[in-house]
Amino acid sequence: MSGTFVGMPAFPVAAHEAVNNQTLRGNLRHATHTIRGKRAKAVTEVSDWAQLREAGKRIKDHTLRHLDRYLVQLEESVTAAGGTVHWAADADEANRIVTRLVKETGESEVVKVKSMATQEIGLNEALEAEGIRAYETDLAELIVQLGKDRPSHILVPAIHRNRGEIRDIFEREMSEWGRPAPEGLTDTPAELAEAARLHLREKFLRAKVGVSGANFMVAETGTLVVVESEGNGRMCLTLPETLISVVGIEKIVPSWRDLEVFLQTLPRSSTAERMNPYTSMWTGTTDSDGPRTFHLVLLDNGRTDTLADEVGRQALRCIRCSACLNVCPVYERAGGHAYGSVYPGPIGAILSPQLRGTGSEIDASLPYASSLCGACYEVCPVAIDIPEVLVHLRERVVEGGPVTREGNKVVLKPAKGHAAERAAMRAARWAFSHPGALRTGQRLASRTRRLHPRTLPGPGSAWSGTRDLPAVPAEPFRDWWQRTQGGKGGAK
Amino acid sequence: MNDRERILGRVRRALADVPQDDTPYEQAVPRDYLTEHGERSVEQTVDLLAENLADYRAIVHRCTAADLPATLAGMLAARGSKTVLAPPGLDPAWLAAVEADRVADRAETTPHELDRVDSVVTACTVAVAETGTLVLDGSPDQGRRRVTLVPDHHICVVRVPDQVVSSVPRALERLSPTRPLTWISGPSATSDIELDRVEGVHGPRTLEVVLVTA
Repeated sequence: MSGTFVGMPAFPVAAHEAVNNQTLRGNLRHATHTIRGKRAKAVTEVSDWAQLREAGKRIKDHTLRHLDRYLVQLEESVTAAGGTVHWAADADEANRIVTRLVKETGESEVVKVKSMATQEIGLNEALEAEGIRAYETDLAELIVQLGKDRPSHILVPAIHRNRGEIRDIFEREMSEWGRPAPEGLTDTPAELAEAARLHLREKFLRAKVGVSGANFMVAETGTLVVVESEGNGRMCLTLPETLISVVGIEKIVPSWRDLEVFLQTLPRSSTAERMNPYTSMWTGTTDSDGPRTFHLVLLDNGRTDTLADEVGRQALRCIRCSACLNVCPVYERAGGHAYGSVYPGPIGAILSPQLRGTGSEIDASLPYASSLCGACYEVCPVAIDIPEVLVHLRERVVEGGPVTREGNKVVLKPAKGHAAERAAMRAARWAFSHPGALRTGQRLASRTRRLHPRTLPGPGSAWSGTRDLPAVPAEPFRDWWQRTQGGKGGAK
Repeated sequence: MNDRERILGRVRRALADVPQDDTPYEQAVPRDYLTEHGERSVEQTVDLLAENLADYRAIVHRCTAADLPATLAGMLAARGSKTVLAPPGLDPAWLAAVEADRVADRAETTPHELDRVDSVVTACTVAVAETGTLVLDGSPDQGRRRVTLVPDHHICVVRVPDQVVSSVPRALERLSPTRPLTWISGPSATSDIELDRVEGVHGPRTLEVVLVTA
């Protein structure tokens, strides 16, 4: 498996392969079902969940509405606290900035806290190309990096691997990257965690440069927050001399007090804990405690384009908890890789096509990677109406229309693959507005029903390839209604 | 145009369709969620803290201020710790009965040196009962962030009931964002293997908490 998402096939093709992989389906089923029950229990513990969810939504909406103001305020407070703020309009610029900052330290390796933003921009590959080695230190990211694999979950990128597979990867690959796996390593999770501890410790203790993302940035105070479990985050945030944080511009909250909402909803939604083991908060630099130099890289990379979409902008409320992945019936069966993005699952299906546009085959197919059951909306701690955005993006793909790409307004052409669908919809519109024609058509269909094929011919075959055609009744509904006067008198 | 102007310009254009909204921040967000969950007496809040700390595998001890030196000495002896690190501002009386060698954390101390320390004893700033969380803010009796991170055994002393609050909102009120803050809920853990929680990864694998009454 290659470590890149470039050139991914459309979702239906990738998903088709994934659902035939029995091990993958077993691993995903086990993991998602485990966390589902735990999350439900953790949420029931707080009686004001609905109010916290509404407050979280409103805080994010208010921030997005005044994002320019809060970005400037954040820049001022981070700078006042001793940090340096950089702005990156796209992935290339962010990678250039980080590479330059690392080179200025004279170091050729960095330790990394798990971060979706740096995954999104392909920072590790960019650093590698400049001769800088980036070590992932989150256990699941380590499994992905050692296995030359791709992440398949926002919170647990190695969720597609079971303990036996992880043991094999550790035994085979750890020696390539540093300290080898202990002799006679078994597949018990505690032993695997211990192997990761030993392997990474030497890297933490000698690290001079740390790279992170952040869960929240407080505009008022300039405080950054990283929420984690293992302590690898604390290692990367406090031991190195230089800290570089790459953070999406939508991660801002206006005030210190706003953290009281998200620190209650995020842990419960993601790992189903009352509180995650470690949360680090830092404001600029502190004398003789932690990094002496702190850089914050504010990343756009499609976020402002998403902000320009009236319906789609709500996706920017996302706090990356991954609750929507864990409840999604499509994700559970298809797995994360089929989504062709570092953001898989329901949130990925609305985020990736907005951040990257719907130009590629995979991005145009993502809004369809859903049964629209709505479970994702129900568990979302910031109430993102994912089904609403999915339908909106489907319309965008089929009909085309105005969108913003890299800050410019452009008009999308209707997607090619949907010509038959559009033709069918046009025909339906005509038929429903001509009652006489509709009646004649329905009667004709009823009389010839024994001759109907089981699959549609031509372009329609793609639709009927995965669906049963509905059986046509012997008598059209409208004829039945007229004959029986609406079923009165019990006539059949 | 630099990227700063480019991004700010894009944000403003993206919001051009949104009607003017001058609702001040204070009124934009409904704060009708609870500041704490349930009604408890002071003793019950401390009990809840102990319960939730233990639920996430911290080892909880309780003693009076007078018994604290003996309690700490006993804990370190039971673990067999030969070296113990104490932040500069820790009350010297607390470790008066301890036999293990004292180690100081100096600015020039390397992480490798900290890695050889058996145990660390600190105070805390605030403890949150509902979540079983300890918060450290780098005050002199808590030390640099790294001292409670690299050694494998952390003993944290909480003065009850003064330092205990019910909830996360109550804790944030007491904290200063200008200080480097570490929120600790149990020993380090991971859910990365099959989404099942395993305690003990990079941070201290043993977290002991002493709830001390005045």
